[in-house]
Amino acid sequence: MIRLPLVLTFSAVLFSTGVYGVLARRNAVLVLMSIELMLNAVNINLVAFSQHLQQVTGQVFALFVIAVAAAEVGIGLAIVILIYRNRETINVDEVNLLKW
Amino acid sequence: MSSQEIAFVIVAVAGTIGAFRVVTARNVVHAALYLVVTLSSTGVVYLLLAAEFVAWVQILIYVGAIVILFLFGLMLTKAPIGREALDNQRRGVAFLVGLAVFGGLFYLLQDAFPWTASDVEPVQGSASSIGTSIFADFVLPFEAVSFLLLAALIGAVVLSRKDDAP
Repeated sequence: MIRLPLVLTFSAVLFSTGVYGVLARRNAVLVLMSIELMLNAVNINLVAFSQHLQQVTGQVFALFVIAVAAAEVGIGLAIVILIYRNRETINVDEVNLLKW
Repeated sequence: MSSQEIAFVIVAVAGTIGAFRVVTARNVVHAALYLVVTLSSTGVVYLLLAAEFVAWVQILIYVGAIVILFLFGLMLTKAPIGREALDNQRRGVAFLVGLAVFGGLFYLLQDAFPWTASDVEPVQGSASSIGTSIFADFVLPFEAVSFLLLAALIGAVVLSRKDDAP
């Protein structure tokens, strides 16, 4: 079997890359992609611990996280497209008003 | 190192390079395609961890559906190309925060889990065992997720309607 800290290190790398992407990117779609990276890191952790603890519960949780991520991307992209239609930009730096 | 671990390291390096390119690429479509590399390598990691059902769901949902959704989002918003258009001015601070997050996580997991070889027998994440677990122990969360997906579907349709009438 693969040793647990090896898998957890990979997932930590993915998570911190996602954190960097969320902070450094201006384009809202790229911010959503970085959030997907972070959710993937969490899923890897869940599956790795499900193997470590010999239970399938972690894998069931990973499936739930995938479903929630799909819903989040759908709504997130709908909001991004709506912002683009109203403001002609999707730079998150420039979208700084709650109205107008 | 066992052969499984060597395969894991190769796949993990590919996934890491893909993830770095996702957050640094200057072309948004390239970023989406590098995201495919990272998500596929995550799927292979699930296979190496003997979680086959989660692996195929990962390939189907993420690589099949979510990346296509991202590509449609990029197409409909006409994203510009170039570093200044895609990154903000706080890259250095963001890099430091990312490095600090990785350092903290790495320190904690070094502290918590030893690098000794585990001899646990892998639990088979087949569709039947996961289905049994979902419909025996997690029926209410399963229904909640289906309701969430319905709400997301209706919400996306309502948000992206073109007419002005409420």
